[in-house]
Amino acid sequence: MGDLWLGIWQACVLVASADADLIEISLRSLQVTLTALVLASFLAFPLAALLTVRRFRSRRLVIAVLNALMGLPPVVVGLLVYVLLSRAGPFGVLGLLFTPTAMIIAQVIIIVPLIASVAHQSLRDLWHDYHDLLISLNVTQWQKMRTLLWDARRALLTAALAGFGRAMGEVGAIMIVGGNIDHATRVLTTAIALETGRGDFALALALGFVLIAMTVLINLAIHWLGRTEREGRW
Amino acid sequence: MTQLLPLVLQNATARYRRTTVVGPIDLTVDGTGITVVLGPNGSGKTSLLRMMHGTARLAGGSVTWACDMATARANQAFVFQQPIMLRRSVLENLAYPLRLRGLNKSKALDQAADWADRVGLGAILTRPAPVLSGGEQQKLALARALITAPSLVFLDEPCAALDGKATREIETILTEALAAGTRLVLTTHDMGQARRLADDVIFLLRGKIHEHGCTKLFFDHPKTSEARAFLKGDIVE
Repeated sequence: MGDLWLGIWQACVLVASADADLIEISLRSLQVTLTALVLASFLAFPLAALLTVRRFRSRRLVIAVLNALMGLPPVVVGLLVYVLLSRAGPFGVLGLLFTPTAMIIAQVIIIVPLIASVAHQSLRDLWHDYHDLLISLNVTQWQKMRTLLWDARRALLTAALAGFGRAMGEVGAIMIVGGNIDHATRVLTTAIALETGRGDFALALALGFVLIAMTVLINLAIHWLGRTEREGRW
Repeated sequence: MTQLLPLVLQNATARYRRTTVVGPIDLTVDGTGITVVLGPNGSGKTSLLRMMHGTARLAGGSVTWACDMATARANQAFVFQQPIMLRRSVLENLAYPLRLRGLNKSKALDQAADWADRVGLGAILTRPAPVLSGGEQQKLALARALITAPSLVFLDEPCAALDGKATREIETILTEALAAGTRLVLTTHDMGQARRLADDVIFLLRGKIHEHGCTKLFFDHPKTSEARAFLKGDIVE
Protein backbone atom coordinates (compact mmCIF):
# COMPACT_ATOMS: atom_id res chain seq x y z
CA MET A 1 0.00 0.00 0.00
CA GLY A 2 2.92 2.29 0.79
CA ASP A 3 4.13 2.18 -2.82
CA LEU A 4 0.62 3.02 -4.01
CA TRP A 5 0.32 6.20 -1.93
CA LEU A 6 3.91 7.10 -2.72
CA GLY A 7 3.12 6.58 -6.40
CA ILE A 8 0.10 8.88 -6.24
CA TRP A 9 2.12 11.49 -4.35
CA GLN A 10 5.03 11.24 -6.78
CA ALA A 11 2.64 11.51 -9.74
CA CYS A 12 1.27 14.74 -8.28
CA VAL A 13 4.81 16.07 -7.70
CA LEU A 14 5.90 15.15 -11.25
CA VAL A 15 2.87 16.84 -12.79
CA ALA A 16 3.00 19.88 -10.48
CA SER A 17 6.70 20.44 -11.10
CA ALA A 18 6.22 20.00 -14.88
CA ASP A 19 9.07 17.48 -14.90
CA ALA A 20 10.86 17.84 -18.25
CA ASP A 21 11.39 14.09 -18.74
CA LEU A 22 7.76 13.36 -17.92
CA ILE A 23 6.56 15.97 -20.40
CA GLU A 24 8.89 14.63 -23.09
CA ILE A 25 7.82 10.99 -22.79
CA SER A 26 4.16 11.94 -22.37
CA LEU A 27 4.23 14.02 -25.55
CA ARG A 28 6.02 11.22 -27.39
CA SER A 29 3.39 8.75 -26.20
CA LEU A 30 0.68 11.02 -27.52
CA GLN A 31 2.49 11.72 -30.79
CA VAL A 32 3.09 8.04 -31.53
CA THR A 33 -0.38 6.90 -30.45
CA LEU A 34 -2.40 9.64 -32.12
CA THR A 35 -0.45 9.30 -35.38
CA ALA A 36 -1.02 5.53 -35.31
CA LEU A 37 -4.69 6.11 -34.52
CA VAL A 38 -5.23 8.51 -37.42
CA LEU A 39 -3.45 6.20 -39.89
CA ALA A 40 -5.24 3.13 -38.59
CA SER A 41 -8.63 4.88 -38.79
CA PHE A 42 -7.98 5.87 -42.42
CA LEU A 43 -7.37 2.19 -43.18
CA ALA A 44 -9.92 0.57 -40.89
CA PHE A 45 -13.05 2.66 -41.53
CA PRO A 46 -13.15 2.26 -45.33
CA LEU A 47 -12.27 -1.41 -44.90
CA ALA A 48 -15.17 -1.88 -42.47
CA ALA A 49 -17.54 -0.01 -44.82
CA LEU A 50 -16.40 -2.07 -47.80
CA LEU A 51 -16.95 -5.31 -45.90
CA THR A 52 -20.43 -4.06 -44.99
CA VAL A 53 -21.74 -3.14 -48.43
CA ARG A 54 -19.74 -5.33 -50.79
CA ARG A 55 -20.64 -8.98 -51.29
CA PHE A 56 -17.79 -11.20 -52.46
CA ARG A 57 -17.03 -14.87 -52.11
CA SER A 58 -14.51 -14.78 -49.24
CA ARG A 59 -16.20 -11.92 -47.38
CA ARG A 60 -17.16 -13.98 -44.34
CA LEU A 61 -13.67 -15.43 -44.13
CA VAL A 62 -12.14 -11.94 -44.25
CA ILE A 63 -14.46 -10.79 -41.44
CA ALA A 64 -13.62 -13.86 -39.36
CA VAL A 65 -9.89 -13.29 -39.87
CA LEU A 66 -10.27 -9.61 -39.00
CA ASN A 67 -12.07 -10.52 -35.78
CA ALA A 68 -9.41 -13.09 -34.96
CA LEU A 69 -6.67 -10.53 -35.54
CA MET A 70 -8.13 -8.38 -32.75
CA GLY A 71 -6.32 -10.75 -30.42
CA LEU A 72 -3.02 -10.40 -32.28
CA PRO A 73 -0.19 -10.76 -29.72
CA PRO A 74 1.66 -7.39 -29.71
CA VAL A 75 5.00 -9.05 -29.01
CA VAL A 76 4.69 -11.11 -32.18
CA VAL A 77 3.73 -7.99 -34.16
CA GLY A 78 6.77 -6.25 -32.69
CA LEU A 79 8.97 -9.16 -33.67
CA LEU A 80 7.63 -9.22 -37.24
CA VAL A 81 8.05 -5.46 -37.66
CA TYR A 82 11.55 -5.80 -36.17
CA VAL A 83 12.49 -8.47 -38.73
CA LEU A 84 11.07 -6.39 -41.58
CA LEU A 85 12.81 -3.18 -40.51
CA SER A 86 16.11 -4.65 -39.30
CA ARG A 87 19.19 -3.99 -41.39
CA ALA A 88 18.98 -7.45 -42.99
CA GLY A 89 15.21 -7.18 -43.55
CA PRO A 90 13.41 -6.06 -46.73
CA PHE A 91 12.85 -2.53 -45.41
CA GLY A 92 16.15 -2.24 -43.55
CA VAL A 93 17.41 0.32 -46.02
CA LEU A 94 14.84 2.81 -44.70
CA GLY A 95 16.60 2.91 -41.34
CA LEU A 96 13.36 3.02 -39.38
CA LEU A 97 14.18 0.54 -36.62
CA PHE A 98 14.39 2.13 -33.15
CA THR A 99 12.54 5.25 -34.29
CA PRO A 100 9.06 6.51 -33.39
CA THR A 101 8.03 5.66 -36.98
CA ALA A 102 8.69 1.97 -36.32
CA MET A 103 6.58 2.22 -33.17
CA ILE A 104 3.77 3.83 -35.17
CA ILE A 105 3.92 1.04 -37.77
CA ALA A 106 3.66 -1.62 -35.06
CA GLN A 107 0.75 0.16 -33.39
CA VAL A 108 -1.11 0.57 -36.69
CA ILE A 109 -0.81 -3.18 -37.35
CA ILE A 110 -2.12 -3.94 -33.86
CA ILE A 111 -5.11 -1.57 -33.86
CA VAL A 112 -6.38 -1.75 -37.46
CA PRO A 113 -8.16 -5.11 -36.89
CA LEU A 114 -9.65 -3.86 -33.61
CA ILE A 115 -10.97 -0.59 -35.08
CA ALA A 116 -12.17 -2.28 -38.28
CA SER A 117 -14.01 -5.05 -36.38
CA VAL A 118 -15.76 -2.71 -33.94
CA ALA A 119 -16.60 -0.31 -36.80
CA HIS A 120 -17.91 -3.18 -38.92
CA GLN A 121 -20.35 -4.21 -36.19
CA SER A 122 -21.82 -0.69 -36.07
CA LEU A 123 -21.90 -0.26 -39.84
CA ARG A 124 -23.54 -3.65 -40.29
CA ASP A 125 -26.38 -2.66 -37.95
CA LEU A 126 -26.82 0.63 -39.77
CA TRP A 127 -26.69 -1.11 -43.17
CA HIS A 128 -29.47 -3.39 -41.99
CA ASP A 129 -31.59 -0.28 -41.30
CA TYR A 130 -30.63 1.57 -44.49
CA HIS A 131 -30.40 -1.32 -46.97
CA ASP A 132 -33.81 -1.03 -48.63
CA LEU A 133 -33.69 2.76 -48.87
CA LEU A 134 -30.21 2.92 -50.38
CA ILE A 135 -30.94 0.12 -52.83
CA SER A 136 -34.16 1.89 -53.78
CA LEU A 137 -32.29 5.17 -54.31
CA ASN A 138 -29.94 3.26 -56.61
CA VAL A 139 -26.82 4.61 -54.90
CA THR A 140 -23.32 3.52 -55.91
CA GLN A 141 -21.08 1.44 -53.63
CA TRP A 142 -19.00 4.53 -52.92
CA GLN A 143 -22.11 6.55 -51.97
CA LYS A 144 -23.29 3.71 -49.72
CA MET A 145 -19.94 3.65 -47.94
CA ARG A 146 -19.88 7.42 -47.52
CA THR A 147 -23.45 7.48 -46.20
CA LEU A 148 -22.80 4.72 -43.69
CA LEU A 149 -19.51 6.19 -42.51
CA TRP A 150 -21.04 9.63 -42.03
CA ASP A 151 -24.21 8.49 -40.30
CA ALA A 152 -22.34 6.08 -38.03
CA ARG A 153 -19.68 8.64 -37.15
CA ARG A 154 -20.40 8.57 -33.44
CA ALA A 155 -20.19 4.79 -33.29
CA LEU A 156 -16.96 5.02 -35.28
CA LEU A 157 -15.64 7.40 -32.66
CA THR A 158 -16.14 4.65 -30.11
CA ALA A 159 -14.24 2.23 -32.37
CA ALA A 160 -11.43 4.75 -32.68
CA LEU A 161 -11.34 5.24 -28.92
CA ALA A 162 -11.05 1.48 -28.42
CA GLY A 163 -8.06 1.58 -30.75
CA PHE A 164 -6.65 4.57 -28.92
CA GLY A 165 -6.88 2.75 -25.59
CA ARG A 166 -5.18 -0.31 -26.99
CA ALA A 167 -2.38 1.71 -28.63
CA MET A 168 -1.83 3.98 -25.64
CA GLY A 169 -1.36 1.01 -23.31
CA GLU A 170 0.76 -1.00 -25.73
CA VAL A 171 4.23 -1.93 -24.51
CA GLY A 172 5.44 -5.25 -25.97
CA ALA A 173 5.70 -4.34 -29.65
CA ILE A 174 6.99 -0.80 -29.21
CA MET A 175 9.61 -1.97 -26.73
CA ILE A 176 10.97 -4.33 -29.42
CA VAL A 177 10.85 -1.96 -32.40
CA GLY A 178 11.49 1.25 -30.47
CA GLY A 179 14.16 -0.02 -28.12
CA ASN A 180 13.06 2.26 -25.25
CA ILE A 181 15.89 4.69 -26.01
CA ASP A 182 16.02 7.72 -23.70
CA HIS A 183 15.15 11.00 -25.48
CA ALA A 184 14.41 9.05 -28.67
CA THR A 185 11.83 6.31 -28.38
CA ARG A 186 10.94 6.16 -24.68
CA VAL A 187 7.22 6.48 -24.02
CA LEU A 188 5.14 6.18 -20.86
CA THR A 189 4.52 2.45 -21.09
CA THR A 190 8.12 1.51 -21.82
CA ALA A 191 9.28 3.87 -19.06
CA ILE A 192 6.92 2.12 -16.64
CA ALA A 193 8.37 -1.26 -17.67
CA LEU A 194 11.89 0.10 -17.20
CA GLU A 195 11.22 1.58 -13.74
CA THR A 196 9.48 -1.61 -12.62
CA GLY A 197 12.56 -3.58 -13.73
CA ARG A 198 14.75 -1.23 -11.76
CA GLY A 199 12.60 -1.75 -8.68
CA ASP A 200 11.41 1.87 -8.48
CA PHE A 201 7.76 0.93 -8.06
CA ALA A 202 6.72 4.35 -6.84
CA LEU A 203 7.99 6.07 -9.99
CA ALA A 204 6.50 3.30 -12.16
CA LEU A 205 3.15 3.80 -10.44
CA ALA A 206 3.42 7.57 -10.80
CA LEU A 207 3.97 7.19 -14.54
CA GLY A 208 1.07 4.73 -14.61
CA PHE A 209 -1.26 7.26 -12.99
CA VAL A 210 -0.17 9.90 -15.48
CA LEU A 211 -0.87 7.44 -18.32
CA ILE A 212 -4.35 6.67 -16.96
CA ALA A 213 -5.12 10.36 -16.47
CA MET A 214 -4.01 11.19 -20.01
CA THR A 215 -6.07 8.36 -21.50
CA VAL A 216 -9.20 9.36 -19.58
CA LEU A 217 -8.79 13.05 -20.38
CA ILE A 218 -8.32 12.41 -24.10
CA ASN A 219 -11.33 10.07 -24.17
CA LEU A 220 -13.44 12.72 -22.45
CA ALA A 221 -12.17 15.42 -24.79
CA ILE A 222 -12.98 13.35 -27.88
CA HIS A 223 -16.45 12.52 -26.52
CA TRP A 224 -17.04 16.21 -25.85
CA LEU A 225 -15.79 17.28 -29.26
CA GLY A 226 -17.80 14.50 -30.94
CA ARG A 227 -20.95 15.64 -29.11
CA THR A 228 -21.74 12.00 -28.26
CA GLU A 229 -25.14 11.36 -26.66
CA ARG A 230 -26.35 14.87 -27.39
CA GLU A 231 -28.39 14.67 -30.56
CA GLY A 232 -31.55 12.61 -30.45
CA ARG A 233 -31.24 8.85 -30.45
CA TRP A 234 -27.85 8.41 -32.04
CA MET B 1 -40.72 14.37 -66.95
CA THR B 2 -38.92 11.40 -68.44
CA GLN B 3 -41.08 8.95 -70.39
CA LEU B 4 -40.91 5.74 -68.34
CA LEU B 5 -44.26 4.19 -69.07
CA PRO B 6 -45.61 1.82 -70.12
CA LEU B 7 -44.14 -0.49 -67.53
CA VAL B 8 -44.74 -4.02 -68.78
CA LEU B 9 -44.50 -7.20 -66.70
CA GLN B 10 -44.52 -10.44 -68.65
CA ASN B 11 -44.71 -13.71 -66.75
CA ALA B 12 -42.91 -11.87 -63.95
CA THR B 13 -42.26 -14.10 -60.96
CA ALA B 14 -40.61 -13.46 -57.60
CA ARG B 15 -39.51 -16.16 -55.20
CA TYR B 16 -38.55 -16.06 -51.56
CA ARG B 17 -36.63 -19.08 -50.24
CA ARG B 18 -37.73 -21.29 -53.12
CA THR B 19 -41.39 -20.36 -52.65
CA THR B 20 -43.08 -18.36 -55.36
CA VAL B 21 -44.54 -15.29 -53.64
CA VAL B 22 -45.73 -13.48 -56.76
CA GLY B 23 -46.45 -14.57 -60.28
CA PRO B 24 -46.38 -15.40 -62.98
CA ILE B 25 -47.92 -11.98 -63.62
CA ASP B 26 -48.73 -10.10 -66.81
CA LEU B 27 -49.42 -6.44 -66.15
CA THR B 28 -49.09 -3.10 -67.91
CA VAL B 29 -48.88 0.17 -66.00
CA ASP B 30 -49.42 3.13 -68.28
CA GLY B 31 -51.03 6.54 -68.52
CA THR B 32 -51.61 8.74 -65.52
CA GLY B 33 -53.39 8.46 -62.20
CA ILE B 34 -53.21 6.18 -59.19
CA THR B 35 -53.20 2.40 -59.29
CA VAL B 36 -54.12 0.78 -55.99
CA VAL B 37 -53.09 -2.78 -55.23
CA LEU B 38 -55.48 -4.53 -52.86
CA GLY B 39 -55.29 -7.94 -51.30
CA PRO B 40 -55.04 -9.75 -47.97
CA ASN B 41 -51.79 -10.06 -46.02
CA GLY B 42 -49.33 -12.34 -47.76
CA SER B 43 -50.98 -11.93 -51.15
CA GLY B 44 -47.75 -10.50 -52.58
CA LYS B 45 -48.56 -6.78 -52.73
CA THR B 46 -45.17 -5.63 -51.44
CA SER B 47 -43.32 -8.17 -53.57
CA LEU B 48 -45.19 -6.99 -56.66
CA LEU B 49 -44.24 -3.39 -55.94
CA ARG B 50 -40.61 -4.34 -55.33
CA MET B 51 -40.54 -6.39 -58.49
CA MET B 52 -41.81 -3.45 -60.51
CA HIS B 53 -39.38 -1.09 -58.77
CA GLY B 54 -36.48 -3.44 -59.47
CA THR B 55 -35.44 -4.18 -55.89
CA ALA B 56 -36.80 -7.75 -55.87
CA ARG B 57 -34.89 -10.16 -58.08
CA LEU B 58 -36.99 -11.76 -60.78
CA ALA B 59 -37.15 -15.54 -60.66
CA GLY B 60 -38.69 -15.56 -64.12
CA GLY B 61 -40.29 -13.40 -66.79
CA SER B 62 -39.42 -9.78 -67.48
CA VAL B 63 -40.07 -6.21 -66.41
CA THR B 64 -39.55 -3.67 -69.17
CA TRP B 65 -39.82 0.11 -69.39
CA ALA B 66 -40.26 2.56 -72.24
CA CYS B 67 -36.69 3.71 -71.55
CA ASP B 68 -33.47 1.96 -70.51
CA MET B 69 -33.25 0.49 -67.01
CA ALA B 70 -30.79 3.08 -65.66
CA THR B 71 -33.08 5.96 -66.69
CA ALA B 72 -36.08 4.11 -65.29
CA ARG B 73 -34.37 3.56 -61.92
CA ALA B 74 -33.31 7.19 -61.75
CA ASN B 75 -36.84 8.46 -62.35
CA GLN B 76 -38.84 6.45 -59.87
CA ALA B 77 -39.04 6.28 -56.10
CA PHE B 78 -40.31 3.93 -53.41
CA VAL B 79 -41.94 4.78 -50.09
CA PHE B 80 -41.76 1.97 -47.55
CA GLN B 81 -44.45 0.91 -45.12
CA GLN B 82 -42.02 1.48 -42.25
CA PRO B 83 -40.36 4.79 -43.16
CA ILE B 84 -36.58 4.46 -43.26
CA MET B 85 -35.06 7.54 -41.70
CA LEU B 86 -31.43 8.45 -42.15
CA ARG B 87 -29.77 9.40 -38.87
CA ARG B 88 -29.82 13.02 -39.90
CA SER B 89 -32.01 16.04 -39.48
CA VAL B 90 -35.29 16.49 -41.36
CA LEU B 91 -33.58 18.95 -43.69
CA GLU B 92 -30.64 16.64 -44.40
CA ASN B 93 -32.96 13.69 -45.02
CA LEU B 94 -34.79 15.72 -47.63
CA ALA B 95 -31.60 16.99 -49.21
CA TYR B 96 -30.04 13.51 -49.42
CA PRO B 97 -31.47 12.37 -52.81
CA LEU B 98 -30.56 15.74 -54.32
CA ARG B 99 -27.01 15.51 -53.00
CA LEU B 100 -26.74 11.99 -54.47
CA ARG B 101 -27.57 13.54 -57.83
CA GLY B 102 -24.74 16.01 -57.49
CA LEU B 103 -26.70 19.13 -56.57
CA ASN B 104 -24.54 21.48 -54.51
CA LYS B 105 -25.21 21.62 -50.80
CA SER B 106 -26.77 25.08 -50.52
CA LYS B 107 -29.17 24.50 -53.44
CA ALA B 108 -30.11 21.07 -52.10
CA LEU B 109 -30.81 22.50 -48.64
CA ASP B 110 -32.90 25.35 -50.14
CA GLN B 111 -35.04 22.88 -52.09
CA ALA B 112 -35.28 20.64 -49.03
CA ALA B 113 -36.53 23.55 -46.92
CA ASP B 114 -39.16 24.37 -49.58
CA TRP B 115 -40.39 20.78 -49.57
CA ALA B 116 -40.42 20.66 -45.78
CA ASP B 117 -42.72 23.70 -45.82
CA ARG B 118 -44.97 22.10 -48.44
CA VAL B 119 -45.50 18.96 -46.36
CA GLY B 120 -45.84 20.79 -43.05
CA LEU B 121 -42.43 19.96 -41.59
CA GLY B 122 -41.03 23.49 -41.89
CA ALA B 123 -41.03 24.06 -38.15
CA ILE B 124 -38.89 21.03 -37.35
CA LEU B 125 -36.15 21.25 -39.95
CA THR B 126 -33.29 20.62 -37.54
CA ARG B 127 -34.98 17.85 -35.57
CA PRO B 128 -33.38 14.38 -35.93
CA ALA B 129 -35.61 12.38 -38.29
CA PRO B 130 -35.59 9.13 -36.26
CA VAL B 131 -37.32 10.86 -33.32
CA LEU B 132 -40.28 12.17 -35.35
CA SER B 133 -43.77 10.74 -34.91
CA GLY B 134 -45.02 8.06 -37.31
CA GLY B 135 -47.07 10.55 -39.32
CA GLU B 136 -44.19 13.03 -39.57
CA GLN B 137 -41.80 10.26 -40.63
CA GLN B 138 -44.17 9.12 -43.36
CA LYS B 139 -44.61 12.70 -44.62
CA LEU B 140 -40.84 13.10 -44.63
CA ALA B 141 -40.37 9.81 -46.49
CA LEU B 142 -42.95 10.89 -49.03
CA ALA B 143 -41.39 14.33 -49.52
CA ARG B 144 -37.94 12.70 -49.85
CA ALA B 145 -39.34 10.42 -52.56
CA LEU B 146 -41.00 13.30 -54.42
CA ILE B 147 -38.21 15.87 -54.13
CA THR B 148 -36.44 14.62 -57.24
CA ALA B 149 -39.69 14.92 -59.25
CA PRO B 150 -39.87 11.24 -60.20
CA SER B 151 -42.20 10.12 -62.98
CA LEU B 152 -43.42 7.16 -60.97
CA VAL B 153 -43.65 6.50 -57.23
CA PHE B 154 -44.43 3.19 -55.54
CA LEU B 155 -45.94 3.43 -52.08
CA ASP B 156 -46.23 0.42 -49.81
CA GLU B 157 -49.12 1.06 -47.40
CA PRO B 158 -48.13 4.68 -46.87
CA CYS B 159 -50.86 5.30 -44.30
CA ALA B 160 -50.61 2.07 -42.30
CA ALA B 161 -50.92 2.79 -38.57
CA LEU B 162 -51.66 6.48 -39.15
CA ASP B 163 -54.69 8.28 -37.76
CA GLY B 164 -57.29 10.09 -39.86
CA LYS B 165 -55.58 13.49 -39.78
CA ALA B 166 -52.19 12.11 -40.80
CA THR B 167 -53.83 9.98 -43.50
CA ARG B 168 -55.59 13.05 -44.91
CA GLU B 169 -52.31 14.98 -44.95
CA ILE B 170 -50.56 12.13 -46.79
CA GLU B 171 -53.41 11.87 -49.29
CA THR B 172 -53.23 15.62 -49.92
CA ILE B 173 -49.53 15.30 -50.74
CA LEU B 174 -50.29 12.38 -53.05
CA THR B 175 -53.01 14.33 -54.82
CA GLU B 176 -50.63 17.25 -55.33
CA ALA B 177 -47.95 14.89 -56.70
CA LEU B 178 -50.52 13.46 -59.07
CA ALA B 179 -51.48 16.95 -60.24
CA ALA B 180 -47.79 17.58 -60.91
CA GLY B 181 -47.79 14.61 -63.27
CA THR B 182 -46.39 11.83 -61.10
CA ARG B 183 -47.82 8.35 -61.67
CA LEU B 184 -48.55 6.55 -58.39
CA VAL B 185 -48.86 2.86 -57.56
CA LEU B 186 -49.76 2.10 -53.98
CA THR B 187 -50.86 -0.76 -51.79
CA THR B 188 -53.37 -0.37 -49.00
CA HIS B 189 -55.69 -2.27 -46.70
CA ASP B 190 -57.91 0.78 -46.37
CA MET B 191 -60.90 0.36 -48.68
CA GLY B 192 -61.95 3.96 -48.10
CA GLN B 193 -58.56 5.14 -49.26
CA ALA B 194 -58.73 2.92 -52.32
CA ARG B 195 -62.15 4.38 -53.22
CA ARG B 196 -60.91 7.94 -52.63
CA LEU B 197 -57.65 7.70 -54.55
CA ALA B 198 -57.69 4.88 -57.07
CA ASP B 199 -58.19 5.27 -60.79
CA ASP B 200 -57.75 1.55 -61.24
CA VAL B 201 -57.51 -1.34 -58.81
CA ILE B 202 -55.46 -4.52 -58.88
CA PHE B 203 -56.82 -7.26 -56.64
CA LEU B 204 -54.04 -9.65 -55.73
CA LEU B 205 -54.55 -13.06 -54.16
CA ARG B 206 -52.01 -15.80 -53.50
CA GLY B 207 -49.45 -13.96 -55.64
CA LYS B 208 -51.65 -13.69 -58.70
CA ILE B 209 -53.79 -10.89 -60.15
CA HIS B 210 -57.40 -11.89 -59.64
CA GLU B 211 -58.90 -8.69 -60.99
CA HIS B 212 -57.61 -5.52 -62.59
CA GLY B 213 -59.99 -2.80 -63.62
CA CYS B 214 -61.36 0.65 -62.98
CA THR B 215 -62.20 1.48 -59.40
CA LYS B 216 -65.96 1.89 -59.76
CA LEU B 217 -66.31 -1.36 -61.63
CA PHE B 218 -64.22 -3.26 -59.09
CA PHE B 219 -66.10 -1.96 -56.07
CA ASP B 220 -69.58 -2.08 -57.61
CA HIS B 221 -69.32 -5.23 -59.70
CA PRO B 222 -66.46 -7.46 -58.62
CA LYS B 223 -66.07 -10.34 -61.04
CA THR B 224 -64.75 -13.07 -58.79
CA SER B 225 -66.22 -14.60 -55.66
CA GLU B 226 -62.93 -13.97 -53.81
CA ALA B 227 -63.07 -10.24 -54.63
CA ARG B 228 -66.71 -10.11 -53.55
CA ALA B 229 -65.85 -11.82 -50.28
CA PHE B 230 -62.84 -9.51 -49.75
CA LEU B 231 -64.97 -6.41 -50.30
CA LYS B 232 -67.64 -7.75 -47.95
CA GLY B 233 -64.99 -8.01 -45.25
CA ASP B 234 -64.86 -11.78 -45.19
CA ILE B 235 -61.55 -13.48 -44.52
CA VAL B 236 -59.97 -14.36 -47.83
CA GLU B 237 -56.75 -16.38 -47.94
